[in-house]
Amino acid sequence: MRRLAGFWFALPALAWILFFFALPVLIMAGYSVRPLNADGTMGPFSVADYAAFFAEPAYVTALIDSIITTLIVVAASTLLAYPFAWCIAYVVPKQYQRAALIAAILPFWTSYVVRSYAWLLALSPVGVVNKILLSLGLVGHPLMFAYNPQATEFGFVHFFLMLNTLTIYASLAQINPRYELAARDLGASAWRAFFEITLPLSIPGVAVGAFLTIVLCIGDYVTPQILGGFRELLLPQVIMMQIQRQLDLPMASTMSLLLTAVVALAYLSLQRWLKMARL
Amino acid sequence: MFAGAYMALCYVFIFLPVGVLVLFSFQAGDLPVPPFHGPSLRWYEAAFQDGRLVDAFTNSLLVGVISSAVSVFIGFLAAYGLARYDFWGKDVVRALIMLPLAVSYLLVGMGLLVSTSALGFGPSLITVIIGHVVINMPLAFAICLAQLGEHQRRIESAARDLGANTARVLFSITAPMIAPALIAAFCLCFTLSWDEFLIAFLNTRFDVTLPVVIWSLLRGGLNPETNAAGSFIFLVSVSLVLIVEFFLLRRRRA
Amino acid sequence: MNHLVVDRVTKLYGDAAALRDVSLSVAAHDYVVLLGPSGSGKTTLLSVIGGFTEPTSGRIEIAGADVTAIGPAKRPTTTVFQDYALFPHMSVEKNIGFGLKLRRVPKQARAERVARALDMVGLAAFGRRGIHELSGGQRQRVALARALILEPEILLLDEPLGALDLNLRRQMQDELLALQRRTGRCFVHVTHDQEEAMALASLIVVMNQGRVEDAGPPARVYARPATRFTATFMGESTEIAGEILSPGVAATKIGHLPAPKSLQAGATILIIRPENISADGTRDVKLGAARITEAVFQGAHYRVLAQSESGQDFVLRVPPSTAPAPGDTLTLSCGAEDLVAV
Repeated sequence: MRRLAGFWFALPALAWILFFFALPVLIMAGYSVRPLNADGTMGPFSVADYAAFFAEPAYVTALIDSIITTLIVVAASTLLAYPFAWCIAYVVPKQYQRAALIAAILPFWTSYVVRSYAWLLALSPVGVVNKILLSLGLVGHPLMFAYNPQATEFGFVHFFLMLNTLTIYASLAQINPRYELAARDLGASAWRAFFEITLPLSIPGVAVGAFLTIVLCIGDYVTPQILGGFRELLLPQVIMMQIQRQLDLPMASTMSLLLTAVVALAYLSLQRWLKMARL
Repeated sequence: MFAGAYMALCYVFIFLPVGVLVLFSFQAGDLPVPPFHGPSLRWYEAAFQDGRLVDAFTNSLLVGVISSAVSVFIGFLAAYGLARYDFWGKDVVRALIMLPLAVSYLLVGMGLLVSTSALGFGPSLITVIIGHVVINMPLAFAICLAQLGEHQRRIESAARDLGANTARVLFSITAPMIAPALIAAFCLCFTLSWDEFLIAFLNTRFDVTLPVVIWSLLRGGLNPETNAAGSFIFLVSVSLVLIVEFFLLRRRRA
Repeated sequence: MNHLVVDRVTKLYGDAAALRDVSLSVAAHDYVVLLGPSGSGKTTLLSVIGGFTEPTSGRIEIAGADVTAIGPAKRPTTTVFQDYALFPHMSVEKNIGFGLKLRRVPKQARAERVARALDMVGLAAFGRRGIHELSGGQRQRVALARALILEPEILLLDEPLGALDLNLRRQMQDELLALQRRTGRCFVHVTHDQEEAMALASLIVVMNQGRVEDAGPPARVYARPATRFTATFMGESTEIAGEILSPGVAATKIGHLPAPKSLQAGATILIIRPENISADGTRDVKLGAARITEAVFQGAHYRVLAQSESGQDFVLRVPPSTAPAPGDTLTLSCGAEDLVAV
């Protein structure tokens, strides 16, 4: 029985996950295959909702837009975050690196809602950005920065720049600096040493950041809802509409599961590509 | 140096929205946009007198404290179990506990919404507490697991040798030893719960948390009161992060 | 001589001097060991020779060319680091071939040279392995192969044997020496272990607080050290304080002793290595009587500490057959050539 002692310790946590996470997801799966009848009750087993999803151009567009937006956000935030993290790790003197990193991710620790609202303020026609542009004489009249897909991407990149900076920095900081010295000693230029040694060794940090970005970005409802305007809806917004307007929980469940499937696919391809042993 | 310029640009980009938010929370005028009049605390006063905000604040506090306490407690136990014992299926258990980190909050929130609806329960803060434990406990677990190394194991063995039973060891020896990590985990869980919107939004109607109230305030257009509330939320989160940093830093020196 | 010339190199960090006016001249096939305690500047000197640290003043010349302004990439030196610094994401082959790849050696030629290098360090079948699969000694050999494959003018080694246990260290010392002889290259090796230095070096450079205390073949540096620090660092000795009264004679606690005629009048210290003091009184220079305070068995001999009535401490060796015991009196003597003034 002593061998099982560890299991008893882990049991509360395990039970919580199984009961309050795995089980609800299973119930959701159950809902997704019992679409609503016309009178609002749940019908018999059927994959009609799944079929309906792919048959409706608006839904498919939302899914594709979500995927595309996420890809753009992942690419942009990784490309912006890497040099930033690199500077913190290699340009900032050692004793200030921690402070620099904390400063870089301070605004990370605030609610999505607050942050998106703040961007709305900054980007609105009467907001700070426009006021600055106007006073510098760069534009003749206020530009509409908010309420479009680009504003959504902008808001996302702002958040994920911080997240990726954190993961990439963590990866860079634990690379033994002797490796670069050895590479230089063997004849490598600074660029060559970076590409052959530092970059490959920092990929795990990039990968973790990219994965977290995918998971969090594709499922975000707040940022597109506040900043995106209503011309181009993303999948989480469509799901929310199913809940609030249509009161169609089965359809919402179907869509949520599809969203999760996309993320799972992304994870598997990322893992295969990078041979990550564990997340 | 290009490096300096790039870094400066990044910092400006990162702090722009928060800076605007906090600055215009002290706006003396009626709109949270330039020109800036003030500074003035009138919108903070308005916020603190706004019944909805005060209720939401209390709710957020309750949800945060309870869900964090539960998360840290069962996360710590689970970490102890996995760090000190070997048993069949250990890797599976670990993977399952960490699973919520790999899915979006939407799935967690929706799962709970659907389940409570199926069972006939209405929206409630309790569901939110449950959901926050689901998303935060894996983090508390990971933090504790990272701290329960060989060093602690040896001290625990010494305690057992002196006659302590498992419960004693756990609560009188192990927990105090990794106290900084436990506090850090609690603060982290609280901050994430404090900021969390989606699960709270899906599972509450009348008793809401602060982020959800801010959301409904947004319907009313741009308003410095929202700035004040938002700045307050930000302030609490940031303070907690700095406390965590201070705790971790202090442990490093010791 | 003059394969490597260190010309009055000084390195300052703020007000602190890591190297003070260090000069050195090394021949093409020398095995040079920089020996000294921590903080002596030996690692800094190695770093300056390798191009990783720029000297505050002074020059470095390698094979006749002034390389002071040249960085490590372009210098004809390669370094074996203390923790080997093998690239963890590359196989053994890729690590060793890295320098060749940078120099655009074609794939086929590269493969051949890598195979030969692996052979040379005794790791012929290990090419495909990952670095994490190797033991400490194996990693060391890969580091050596990686550095030597580029045929540097000078191979720099920064305390390469520090991480190995005693037996492995002895074995690797033999291998290093064999490697140096076989490749005929100049090695510069940093260590704090005087036994290692004596085993490997053709030229020992003893350093202390940023200066060179002594430099020369191991036998000479041991038997006739130039300074008191060198004498103490290289091994145990009996120190006799004295005053030069007239040329060739030093007045000491135990009487008049012969001293080098070149010494000026004034204070001096004479040292005698323990193996050069005999306890049967038969040698030329009489050192007087001394009582044994401690006798420690060391296998092949006893290490004996003794003191004369005048208070002079001696350390010497006696054969086990004489069975020395504390309290016994010995009559000590040594040869005139064994007295070294420092």
